[in-house]
Amino acid sequence: MDKSIPDDKFILARKAEALRIRAGLIQSIRLYFINQKFLEIETPVRIPAPAPEEHIEALPSGNWFLQTSPELCMKRLLAAGYPQIFQISKSFRAGERGKLHLPEFTMLEWYAAGFDYRELMNQCEEMIIAVARHLDFVNGIVWQGKQIKLASPWERITVSEAFEKYAPVTLTEVLNQDKFDEILVEYVEPNLGIVRPAFLYDYPAELGALARLKADDHKVAERFELYIGGLELANGFSELTDTQEQRQRFMEAQKLRAQKGYAAYPIPEKFLLSLENLPASAGIALGIDRLAMIFADTCSIDDVVTFTPESL
Amino acid sequence: MYTASELKKGLRIKIDNDPYILTEFNFVKPGKGQALYRCKLKNMVNGNQFERTFRSVDTFEPADLREKKMQYLYKEGDKYCFMDNETYEQIYLTEAQMGDAKNFLIDNIEAEILLFEDRPIGISLPNFVDLVVTEAEPWAKGDTVSGATKPVKVQTGYTILVPTFIDEGEKIRIDTRTGEYLTRVKG
Repeated sequence: MDKSIPDDKFILARKAEALRIRAGLIQSIRLYFINQKFLEIETPVRIPAPAPEEHIEALPSGNWFLQTSPELCMKRLLAAGYPQIFQISKSFRAGERGKLHLPEFTMLEWYAAGFDYRELMNQCEEMIIAVARHLDFVNGIVWQGKQIKLASPWERITVSEAFEKYAPVTLTEVLNQDKFDEILVEYVEPNLGIVRPAFLYDYPAELGALARLKADDHKVAERFELYIGGLELANGFSELTDTQEQRQRFMEAQKLRAQKGYAAYPIPEKFLLSLENLPASAGIALGIDRLAMIFADTCSIDDVVTFTPESL
Repeated sequence: MYTASELKKGLRIKIDNDPYILTEFNFVKPGKGQALYRCKLKNMVNGNQFERTFRSVDTFEPADLREKKMQYLYKEGDKYCFMDNETYEQIYLTEAQMGDAKNFLIDNIEAEILLFEDRPIGISLPNFVDLVVTEAEPWAKGDTVSGATKPVKVQTGYTILVPTFIDEGEKIRIDTRTGEYLTRVKG
């Protein structure tokens, strides 16, 4: 048979179990947030101005863009007086394709007014434990041969501690040598969340994008990532509420993007304006596809979605 | 020129004057970080393997590799001599460069010689060759266990497992990619 013709009966039928787990996962997540009195909201997928970030490329859609995350619209809602909101929606990122990446993927994003990043880590932990219980994963999970316990408390380790523990060089050295991403991927990530899930937190300020800096240490951003079995699942932070500083960071990102020849995005002015009213809050984005990989015990993101771009 | 995002498994690139083949390729991107390409590379001359992580701005030269049909002439010391039948140009491959192909070489066989910047570095034989069995234990009548095998030696000196009914002097077909017996050749 011609290789370019996908064998639906074989490929799609084989995914039945993973798709069943995925559906249960999304239902359980909804249930958790409904019980926590969070409001499920929907924001437009097509937007005029994505947040400029150095390493995230938006796909154009007409003269607008497909969202790279629902972050900006959700924060406008938060600023307008919706204190607890969640959304499960599609996001799009150009050029991202690999075993753990799809250019179109499903993200759970939620925000809580009055929370900081530590409280959000706790809630994230509680949510996944509740979901696992609901899906009948009582004794933890096995992912790609790794036995991972889900019982509270999960590990919390700062970026600096993790580099100290797992990398051949210190965090200061990798930042000076501009090797943060490489060392993180090669040495640190494979060790995170192996026995139980781990939160990697307190990122260097320059890697904080839209995160608030620590009050007592301006070199550190209140940002965290969740890892299970070495797989990165979620990114959260205490929200930056300072309009001036946010504008400055956007300009900085635009400059870096321009240096690489990437298109300039319009500055999201309405979002910046809304920051004036943004309460102290924290927000997090979690990859639904990857969490489905964990529960369905698959090694590729392709296994937990109905169709990949290549199969269309 | 290739950029890192154009890399894929099986691609052959030039690094420090040697040809490398990508044996593994993974796109990774830590949260909010840059796109990275984790690759396993194999040196096509000496077989050494290593892992490297590239950034999307990294660029690569394609390895100038081509294959040329040549005829096997003879072996001299540990060198194997091949000739281009059109230009009569002769080249030599070492024992190491021959790899498993040396087990299936018969006089005048045509093979594809792999050239890197006109330098011979490897060989690929036709997928199937027919070789004569030169040494074999005779078949004991009554030994009818199906699937039973015995080792025999073929004309190149290579020892191979075949069904017990194969006798000395017979011709057998061998898959050069796996080095395994396929079938008895009649006539």
